[in-house]
Amino acid sequence: MLYELHDVSKRYDQSKKQVVALNGIDLTIAEGEFLAIQGSTGSGKTTLLQMLGALDGPTAGSVLFEGQDLAKMTERQLSRLRSNAFGFVFQAFNLIPTLTAQENVETALVPLRISATERAERARSALAEVGLAERGAHVPAELSGGEQQRVGIARALVHNPRVILADEPSGNLDERTRDEIISLLENLWRERDQTIILVTHDSHIAARASRRLWLDAGAVADPNIAGEPVPPEELVPSPV
Amino acid sequence: MFLTYIYRELRRRHRQAILTSLGLALGICLVVVVSATAGGVRNAQTQVLHTLYGVGTDITVSQNATQGSGGPAQFGMNPGSPDQQGQRFSRDRINSTSGLALISDKKVTSIANLNGVSAAVGGLTLSSIHMSGHFAQVTGGTSGPPAGQFGGSVTSTATPSQAPIKIDAFSIAGVDVADQSIGPLSSATITSGRTFSMSETDAKVVVVDSGYAKQNSLAVGDTMKIGGVKFTVIGVSKSASADANVYMPLQRAQTLADEKGKVNQVYVKATSATLITQVKKAIKATVPGATVTTAQDLANQVSGSLSSASKLANQLGKWLAIAALVAAIAVASLLMLSAVGRRVREFGTLKALGWRSRRIVSQVLGEALAMGVAGGIAGIGLGYAGAQLISRLSPSLQATVANAGFPRGGATTFGGSPGGAGPSSAMRGFAHTVTVNLHAVVSPALLAVAIALAIGGALIAGALGGWRAARLSPADALRRVD
Ligand SMILES: Nc1ncnc2c1ncn2[C@@H]1O[C@H](COP(=O)(O)OP(=O)(O)OP(=O)(O)O)[C@@H](O)[C@H]1O
Ligand SMILES: [Mg+2]
Repeated sequence: MLYELHDVSKRYDQSKKQVVALNGIDLTIAEGEFLAIQGSTGSGKTTLLQMLGALDGPTAGSVLFEGQDLAKMTERQLSRLRSNAFGFVFQAFNLIPTLTAQENVETALVPLRISATERAERARSALAEVGLAERGAHVPAELSGGEQQRVGIARALVHNPRVILADEPSGNLDERTRDEIISLLENLWRERDQTIILVTHDSHIAARASRRLWLDAGAVADPNIAGEPVPPEELVPSPV
Repeated sequence: MFLTYIYRELRRRHRQAILTSLGLALGICLVVVVSATAGGVRNAQTQVLHTLYGVGTDITVSQNATQGSGGPAQFGMNPGSPDQQGQRFSRDRINSTSGLALISDKKVTSIANLNGVSAAVGGLTLSSIHMSGHFAQVTGGTSGPPAGQFGGSVTSTATPSQAPIKIDAFSIAGVDVADQSIGPLSSATITSGRTFSMSETDAKVVVVDSGYAKQNSLAVGDTMKIGGVKFTVIGVSKSASADANVYMPLQRAQTLADEKGKVNQVYVKATSATLITQVKKAIKATVPGATVTTAQDLANQVSGSLSSASKLANQLGKWLAIAALVAAIAVASLLMLSAVGRRVREFGTLKALGWRSRRIVSQVLGEALAMGVAGGIAGIGLGYAGAQLISRLSPSLQATVANAGFPRGGATTFGGSPGGAGPSSAMRGFAHTVTVNLHAVVSPALLAVAIALAIGGALIAGALGGWRAARLSPADALRRVD
């Protein structure tokens, strides 16, 4: 198993009140899955994705990646894991505004300590893969939202990660661009067997995933109870 | 990537980067200007000490006179009997400078033999006062109006109740002709004629200070009468401190004052500057009760605009420079922190990509370093220009040494009471005033310190920013909305 989550909970202790973002999640994710995580706002989707990307640890329970407990890893090991195994795609693209598209893609290769020429070469081919071979020299401000997110995807896949973690990657895009971006991700999954975990509000996007997961108030829920109307034919049974 | 990233970030925030660099530059500029000025003031002080003291002289030794010895010049100006009233009189007095006790030649030899002393020569300073006029027509009491004070060579009209009295006073310094590298003539330059030759140990020759020579229309080859003896002027000297009006061979001065084998000043040169305090102690043991004055003691007695400048540079200037530097670093730190604060999500993203905190901190430090180097170079440029400007304006500073502990030659302040019993005020060493021009000095060491300060300041700012960037957990950083 790529991921095994056992009774994962995340509480935020604030001065006023305690927020339970995740509440006892048990979940396994296999290699090659295209998992869509759905749920209403505040249900804990981003929190869960950050657990999976080793950006944050649970307050209770354990997250195992390839059998290794992330909570037992040092900061150094976590950094290495992030740079090798995970590729993040963000809703707001999160490109470095001063760097060109090419350089932005290269930032994902910086921790790998490879030669500058190899870095440039790999970044170029990643950009070509997302259809932006000609735009490498442009800074984010000179690119459209869709193009920026393509750069974001190129940055997420340039180091051949084990899993791409995308948090509402099309949330800031119009419908047509949204479809382009999702198709791009879907193709990676279909053609390369790339494992993809994608958080979305959007049932149309979720429908293209191999498996869907509903979160409600920090727990894995039965979509029928979870409130958001989902066409029955789009539901895929959850093999928890 | 490291450099590209730094360059791009600085270009994006160029206004802030320029502001930060400029702030540092101003701080550095002040440090450079103040230090250069302080260096200039120190040089000026050294220059003053050399002119006052002679380049070679490290220590002078004198002994305060006990009451009555040496002493005030006394002129019998009260007519002895009524029939002398209204008669002409002419008096000549040559005395060892008052307030100074006589020291035997032998002591000079023992000082010269002390450890750490490379040379010691004796000097005898005399004051010559010539008065001429008519005895007063005394009608009543004996006391006249208050004493008048005269400096240098003075011709004065005395009290209206009396007929004019001509007073001609000047100072004489007896110089050891064997070693003129220390002693009173060492701070003087010969402007015409020559100085004493080694063989003129007892010759009737004098070197005259240019001011005195001008006043009395004396030139090389002229003769002048001192204490009834004819002397030939062999040279005219110029000394900023005007140690004495007239210099003559020591033995001659001793004869003139009738003080064979006696001196009242000993000029000492130490073998090394580090030995001066030790030598001072040894001299005090050799000549009990002696006033031993080192160049440093003298420096402490310097007053006037030079010492004000030195105080200004050393105290106000130092604090000003430190304050400016601290302010610059504080501003740089604040700007850095706010810049990093706006990039929290950027750093969170990089952490999500596997960048270690260390790498992010070094990125921030690199940016700070670039601003520090730019600020340092600009600051040195500005500071150099400022120092150049000061040197160009070259303000003149006055240094005054007024102290009885260092009486030299021209002892010509005296009070004269025509009414008899003798003037009350003792003759003392008068104040030496020297004018020097201030030149700010920028040394390579100073530039190195300035660069180090700029870089250090920038690194402090960068470290604060880096700490702020590194401390965030990536999850929190990514949640930040900017
Ligand atoms: N740092 C934090 N401190 C306190 N509460 C937090 C923090 N981060 C998240 N939460 C809370 O945890 C809950 C889950 O947040 P999360 O961002 O995972 O929701 P989400 O499902 O991604 O929502 P959205 O669809 O709006 O992005 C929310 O109630 C949120 O307010
Ligand atoms: Mg979210």
